[in-house]
Amino acid sequence: MAEFFDMGGYALYVWTAYGVSAAALVWLAVSTRKQLKESAEAVESARARRKGRV
Amino acid sequence: MHRFANPAQFNRLADVILPWAIGAMVLLFGAGLYYAFWASPPDYQQGESVRVMYIHVPAAWLAMFTYMVTAAASFTALVWRHPLALLAGKAAAPAGAVFTALALLTGMLWGKPMWGTFWVWDGRLTSVLVLFFLYLGYMALWQAIDDEEKAGRAASILALVGVVNIPIIKFSVDWWSTLHQPASVIRLDGPTIDGSMLTPLLLMAGAYQAYFVVVFLWRMKLEINRRKLSVARQAMMHAPVGAE
Repeated sequence: MAEFFDMGGYALYVWTAYGVSAAALVWLAVSTRKQLKESAEAVESARARRKGRV
Repeated sequence: MHRFANPAQFNRLADVILPWAIGAMVLLFGAGLYYAFWASPPDYQQGESVRVMYIHVPAAWLAMFTYMVTAAASFTALVWRHPLALLAGKAAAPAGAVFTALALLTGMLWGKPMWGTFWVWDGRLTSVLVLFFLYLGYMALWQAIDDEEKAGRAASILALVGVVNIPIIKFSVDWWSTLHQPASVIRLDGPTIDGSMLTPLLLMAGAYQAYFVVVFLWRMKLEINRRKLSVARQAMMHAPVGAE
């Protein structure tokens, strides 16, 4: 197991590359989801306001 | 094509595709990572550091693919004034910027132990850095101009001008002397990479591609919502006084 994590002496480079990639991809996906959810709620409440006025 | 100019129809289509794309993404990442770490050998020259390639090359491919999506969307938006095409470019660009940044960063992390340096100002690395700035410029133009019509037009023109950079990236390793290795997968005479390394590479490329589809469709839905909100805001502003 220790040998696996050592990556033949390249541990720092291999795990940093994978760590940064995973973090960036997850960040983009999660922030996109969050913005999508907020925008959908805003559209819903704008629609409700319009209906309420008529 | 124009059938999908209708946002409601596009949203319906996106909702059909999304579960499949998410499923494919999870499966491909699972299989890809398994092959990348356990079911493939260390390289005879690069040792275990070759495993960085399984995320470096897909990120670089997707960086270019996403740029072509942005450019094609920009072209469609400028020529046919297709409203969803304009949003498609805007929806794709952030993913493209992330892919490009990751291609650069993972390349540097592989270059340090293998080449002995994080960076060289050669044709390949410089043209990919230019690609990164093209994405940033495209997104900045959308942000900088208040009138969305004008912003989209300016950003689209930049995206189209930047297309010249794509063949430069592809052929830079043939045209100029460089530390970067030449193509070993997409070649006229077929791949020269060994099958045991081609499998994890293609699985991870598929995973990145599926990830792009998922994030792109989410961002399309997001941009459609934003457009709806700005239309609603404008309607509000022009509403008669006392309507509130």
